Formats: sequence, C-alpha cells, structure tokens
Amino acid sequence: MLDPPPPGPAETREIPLKLELRGITKRFGDLVANDHIDITVEPGEVHALLGENGAGKSTLMNQLYGLLQPDEGEIVVNDEPKVFRSPRDAIAAGIGMVHQHFMLVPVFTVAENIALGAEETRGGPLGWLDRRRARKDVIETSKKFGLPVDPDALIEDLPVGAQQRVEIVKALTRDVDLLILDEPTAVLTPQETDELLAVMRSLTEMGKSIVFITHKLREVKAIADRITVVRRGRIVGTASPDTSEDELAALMVGRAVSLEVEKGPADPGRAVLQVAGLVVDDDRGIRAVDGVDLEVRAGEVLGIAGVQGNGQTELVEAIMGLREVRAGTVGLDGEDLAGMSTKKILRSGVGYVPEDRSHDGVVKEFSVAENLILDMYDREPFGNAFRLDISKIAGNAQERVDQFDIRTQSAESAVGTLSGGNQQKVVIAREMSRPLRLFIASQPTRGVDVGSIEFIHKQIVHERDQGTAVLVVSSELDEVVGLADRIAVMYRGRILAVVSPDTPREEIGLLMAGITGGNEEKK
Amino acid sequence: MSTTTVEAPTEVAAPEPFWTRQRRFGVALVLLGALAAVVFGSLAPSKDARFTLTQEAEGAALSINGQFGAVLFGVLTLLAGGLLVAGLLKRWSNALLVIGIVTFVLSFLCWQVAGQFMSLEDTLSGTMDLALPLVLGALAGVLGERSGVVNVAIEGQFLMGAFAGALIGTMAGSVWAGLISAAVGGVIIAAILAVLSIRYLVDQTVVGIVLNLFALGITGFLYERLMQPDAAKYNAPPQMPTWKIPGLADIPVLGPVFFDATLLLWIALVLVLVIHFALNRTRWGLRTRAVGEHPTAADTVGIRVRGLRYLNVLLGGVVAGLGGAYFTLVATGSFTKNMTAGAGFIALAALIFGRYTPFGAFGAALFFGFAQKLAFYLSAINSPVPNQFLSMLPYLATIIAVAGLVGRVRAPAADGLPYIKS
Repeated sequence: MLDPPPPGPAETREIPLKLELRGITKRFGDLVANDHIDITVEPGEVHALLGENGAGKSTLMNQLYGLLQPDEGEIVVNDEPKVFRSPRDAIAAGIGMVHQHFMLVPVFTVAENIALGAEETRGGPLGWLDRRRARKDVIETSKKFGLPVDPDALIEDLPVGAQQRVEIVKALTRDVDLLILDEPTAVLTPQETDELLAVMRSLTEMGKSIVFITHKLREVKAIADRITVVRRGRIVGTASPDTSEDELAALMVGRAVSLEVEKGPADPGRAVLQVAGLVVDDDRGIRAVDGVDLEVRAGEVLGIAGVQGNGQTELVEAIMGLREVRAGTVGLDGEDLAGMSTKKILRSGVGYVPEDRSHDGVVKEFSVAENLILDMYDREPFGNAFRLDISKIAGNAQERVDQFDIRTQSAESAVGTLSGGNQQKVVIAREMSRPLRLFIASQPTRGVDVGSIEFIHKQIVHERDQGTAVLVVSSELDEVVGLADRIAVMYRGRILAVVSPDTPREEIGLLMAGITGGNEEKK
Repeated sequence: MSTTTVEAPTEVAAPEPFWTRQRRFGVALVLLGALAAVVFGSLAPSKDARFTLTQEAEGAALSINGQFGAVLFGVLTLLAGGLLVAGLLKRWSNALLVIGIVTFVLSFLCWQVAGQFMSLEDTLSGTMDLALPLVLGALAGVLGERSGVVNVAIEGQFLMGAFAGALIGTMAGSVWAGLISAAVGGVIIAAILAVLSIRYLVDQTVVGIVLNLFALGITGFLYERLMQPDAAKYNAPPQMPTWKIPGLADIPVLGPVFFDATLLLWIALVLVLVIHFALNRTRWGLRTRAVGEHPTAADTVGIRVRGLRYLNVLLGGVVAGLGGAYFTLVATGSFTKNMTAGAGFIALAALIFGRYTPFGAFGAALFFGFAQKLAFYLSAINSPVPNQFLSMLPYLATIIAVAGLVGRVRAPAADGLPYIKS
C-alpha cells in the first residue's frame, strides 16, 4: 500500500495517446455485459459512447480504467498491448476517469483528495506529507487548464459542479492524456453543462482525448467528433455528429421512438393540491424547503424543474407525509394533509411514485403480484386484516402485467429480477390502480430504458386526461418540458418562478441556476 | 478558458440555529453548577479538605474549607456555563467547557474530601494505572475503525494478550518475551477478525462478540487445565521493572507517576503521539482515512483497500495485545480467568467518546480511569455516594456522546462496511 506514486506532473509524454480496444468481452454469469467491443480513440478527439442505462458503457470503461479485468480481448495504448490490474496501471498508462458518482472523500480538502494515491512526501514513504507541494500542484493544474478550484475547501461544502471540476483536476494532475467522463452532465444545470463542454473542447485542443459516456443526444451532437452507439453490450453502430437525434435514438433502442411526448392541450379544472408557505427540513435538520406555494389543478401536469438537491425530494416527501412539515399547509381539495399518515394520504386518492425506486418503490424480494398490492393488501378484494386472497391477487397481477406491458417471466417472479424500466412500470401500475385525485411522480423515468420512458410518459398524460392533478418532479429538463403544462422551477428550497413549457430553455436553465430576471410569469 | 461564463450562485450561509452545541453544553453546565453549589455546598461539612501532594496524610497540601470550596467551584461551573449560553468568549468555548467540567468535579471533591485528605499523587498514579490499558485498547480501535473495520473484540485481544504474556513470560523467564507474546496474542485475535470481516464479509460486530467469547473460553480453559495445576511453571511471570529517571522523578505529583514508571506507560504515551501524527500527516494516514471514509474513491486512485485494512487491523492487534500485557506483567503477577472484566468494552467506549481520534481516545481513557479511581477512593473513605454511580460513568458518558446529546460523534463513513469491488 506504500507503493511509489505514479510519475508526477513534471514528466510529460512526447506522443499523444492513441487507444484501441480490441474484442473486449466481459461476462457476469450468464449475462454478457460487453460482447467483443472494438473502439479506437484518436488523439485529441471527443469520442462519445452513447447508449441507454445498462447497455454496458460503464462496464466497458471500468475495464479500461483497471477496475475490472476483461474476460477476452486486449487494450492497446500507442500500439502496445497493456494489462491493467488496477487503476494505478491505467493512470500510469495515461488514462484517467471521472466517475458518475464522484470518487471524492467528503471530509477531505480538495488538495487532499487530489493528492490521494499519489502523495508527495518528505523523507521517504513513511515521511510527512508535503502539503505545500500538494496545494501548489492543484493551483498549477487548475490554472493551466482553466478549472478554478480552491485547494483548501472541504469537498462536502462544494456544489456538485465544483466537485466535478475537482475530479477533472484530480485526473489531470496525474498527467493523463485520455480522460473518461462517465455521465458527467447528469448532475449539472444546463449552464454548468455548457461550461463543461467548453472545458472538454479546450482539453482536446491541448491534445488530450476524451471518452464521453452519456445517454443525452443533445450533448453528443454538441461536442462529439465521433459517436459509438452501444446496445445490450454490443456496438450497434458508429455515427458522426451530424446524424439526427431521431436516428441516434433509433440506434440506441433498436427501433424508431418518438422523443416528443404526445399530448393534447390541458383542460385544467379545480385546484386539487394547494401547498402554502411550506417549510421542511432535510435529514441534517437544514432547511430544504423554504416557503413553497404551489397549486396543481385537476387535469393538468405541473412539472418541477431544478437541479437535484434543491428541495424537490423533501417537498414531495412532505406532501406524502413522509417528512415532518415545519410550517405551512398541504391541502388536498381543501383538506389539510399535514400531520396525516402516509397510508391515509394514499387512501384519500393520492398516487405516489417515489424517486428511489429500489428503496422506496418496490420490495425487491417480493413477487410482481405482491408488489402490485402493497398498498391494498388489507382491503377487499385482496384481503382483510387476517388473510390474503391469493387467487384475487394473482388475477389482479395478470391484468396489470398485460395492461402496463410489464415484461416479466411470470407474475410470481421477484421484482428484483426485472429491468429498471419494468420495475418502474410495476410501481406505476400499482399507484394508478386506485381512483386518484392527485398523482405525484418523482423522477418517473430515472434509470429507465427509452422504450419504457415513452410508455410511462403516455400513462402519465393519460392519467391527466382523466382529470387527475399530476405533479412531476424530474431533474431531466427534457422530461419536464415534454410532460408539463406549467413548469415550476425550484432553487434552494424556493419556487423561483412558474413558467410555460414554451419558455426558452436558456431561460429555464438560468432559473435552475438561481438567476431570475426578465419576464417569467411569477406566481 | 470557458467562453460561457456564468455567475456562480452566491453561497447563502444557512442561519446558525440558536441551540448550538456550545449553548446546550452551557445549559448542562449551568444546571450542574447550580446542583453543585446548592446540594454539594449544603451537604459539605465546614471542615478543611486537604489535597496532599505526596502519598502521606501530612506534609505539603492544597487545603480549602470543604463547604466554601463546594459552593465556590459550583458557582464557577455555573459561570462557565452561563458564558457559553450567553455566547460570550466564543473563541474560548472549548476552554470554558473544560473549566466547567473541572470545577464541577472539584466542587464534588470539596464536599467528599472535607474533613479528610486525598493524595494527589496517589490519585494521579491510580488514574494512569487504570487508564493505561484503556489508552492502548482505544488506540487499537482507532487503527482499525479509521480504516473502516469495527473492532469490538478489544476485550478478547486484551485477554489473549494478558494470557500469552503470562504464559510465555513465565516459561521463558523473561518479561520482554512476555511482552512480545502479548502482542502476538492480540494479533491472533486481530487476524481472525480481519480475515472474517475483510475476506469473508461477516458482520463485524458479530465477529467481534464471538471473538470475545472465544478468547474468554480458550484462556479460561487453558488457565484451569494448564496454569492452575502448576502455577509456578506456567503462571508466575516476571514483572515489568519500573525505571526511574533521576531528577525528573523528583517533580512533585508528576515525577513519581511519569518518571518512575514502566516502559509500557511510555510506550502508550508515545503511541498516542505517533498515531496522531501518522494519521494526520503521513501517506499511510491519509490513505487509512480515505479507506475508512470512501473506499471506492481510494480504490479508483490505486490504493489497495483490503490490504490497508489488513495492515491496520493487525497493527491494532499489536497495540491491544500490549494493553493486555498490562494486566499480567504490570498490574498483577498472574493470569486469572476473565481478569480483564470488561476493560476492553470501556476502551471501546473511550474510542467512541474520543471521537475516533488518538488524542480524544487518550483524554477519554484518562477521564474513565479517573472516574474508576474516584470510585475506589469513595469506597475507601466510606462516602455516602454509592461508588457504583462512578463506575457507571464511562458507559453513561458514552451513551450521551453516541446519542448526540452533546454534539454527535461522527464515525468514519465506511466504518463496519466490508469493501466489495463492484
């Protein structure tokens, strides 16, 4: 564990890095995660790896970064075959990676995180850490590549955009020539995304190559020099950036999909959900929702846009009775829900799709049939206080599986064996099976394949057209714009503005970054 | 570099809640101070409380009227608490806290000692004696837990160390052989803990408890079958000599305790410093903390997570084994069944109460040692206060610390979680 650090920043390589993956194959049991993948990344290019969640992109990159070892195939760097047993080997060969979930120690400073694993010491490996040197390296790299970071800040105090810069600086101080960015824009505002794209551009100008993993078509078109599309562990095509979004999407899912949500105009009726002056704290006791006023009318979809962590989660949990309301009211057709149990709220006609499906949406070990009655197990016709009516439950399951196109081996299969999209369909089928006045969906299509996204969006619009008030929270701006009839932008626990979905994206983006101004229709 | 510059949103500092940690401490001190001034003050006889410098009843002493002292120190506690509540002297809030606690203890002592005497030298040396194994045990815990392995087997490591030290020390006729064997005894338990929790991913708390029972069983068995029948051959270890440093040993109170002491005391004190600085200032320390907080992050920069955890747990075994040696090579001249009697658990409490830091653990161990010493003293002077209350103190303090009543103790984020490569 006290091995010598990889070559320091002083040493620069003469030849820019050319990478080839030849026939990379990785199996997990019966599942072939990567099936003979061949990719070449030329020096100075942005090579986009496009594919749905679960297509095998991250698995492939983890092999390239030495976190996993391929079962077959080879990695060739500058015409020299390499074997990466650990990330240390990959870094030494000039390959760095910024992971989707940041690999930063929250209680360490920026400089400590960047130095970690390649620490400079005075007096041998057991000597003191050279903290001044660590700070200097951070500042130098930060200046050289135009990525402002404060070496002394604690990671846990930094916003995600800054944490991502730290990750990039961390890779660059290790003098890498190829940078893998795994879903880097998932947590960024549109403006932060633009900044990141600019940084990527300038890095390639300096001769670095970038492998950019994403499922967002717009970004691929904006930045990539070449696009490789992966589906179910195989390369299904390569494309140039001028390929249309529809064509790329079709490649990703293997058939034509409609990216737009088809829906007619809304016919809003009475106000069903009325939130006034709502104040909620997060788990740490810090104010997360700070005086939110909100109204959702029957027959309309209100979308909440915002970067993750601006109080959306807490807002929804408070409405559902899962989190204590500090102040304010939550009214459902005039009845105050604050202080009511979640069970009562659900049974008074509220459907709820939680954001963390695997934790809060389903019981993975339970069967599809059981998951479909989690809300009604003690009610006729499925049972009463003492018994369950197994045949009714099975009948219900078959009906729902057909109606919601849930792809499962049988209704008795454990939900955990289903794909993310089908698990989500189970949740939605369950929640839509009660007579509803209000339907709340938090991140309804997170980790869901494109085919299922389309289906889920249709169901949500269908629910709206039946006169249900619908509240959709999503960190995907595309989804909010597509579904919503009105968009509330949330920033730091407040609704900054309620705008129409026709509002220019840039304007919504600025609101998501907390910058108000101009002509939004303030509610 | 970037062309699209966007104004970084200005960080809005969350308003600090009124009931900060300092204020809550302050309220506790005000209540304790009032209790001390009124209750201790009225119960204390108006006689001199003598705190003698040496072991003797006569001679140089600090002396104060018991009743006056109890009231005076109680009022000082109250004042310290009041300053904390008022939010004055914020820079000195930790000092105020310490002053508050110390004056409360002094008030209590004035009440108890009034009309009698208490030897400062004896109190300090007793505190150090009782704290010594706790310090080593808690340091062993620091080593393991900061790298993410929970060690509730400190008790078992103590017992194994004590047993091995006595057995091998007697057989080899050398206290140093005993000391090394004690370390090996600790390492044996540590190795089982490491393999089961790091390699086989068994729940670390469960493994720890099982190891404690295992150590109790095997040492008890060997004690009855091997040591008891022939104690002279197997259970009469030579004792660790005390070394006197001329000059320094003559300092009143401190001299006899610290400079006329066994090597083990010095080892413990040096280890506190070494582990503190190594943890915070060396490559090993940075990596250990990273592995304990976010092992995946450490792995992605090429640190061998499991290897480092093995190393740390085994080092912890050495330190805890030395702690075990105290029982047979320093405190008493022989091993007896279950002789550690829960000291390993108090060490665990000291580790948590000390916030998983070497200095904190040292301070907590001293505090617990002092509480135990005071319990002995109270029963010796036939105090009306049941000494069991003081014996409870370590556990009570730990419950208060863990429950977060006085500022939550934050364990390393990955403490107790096995690392599985995805």
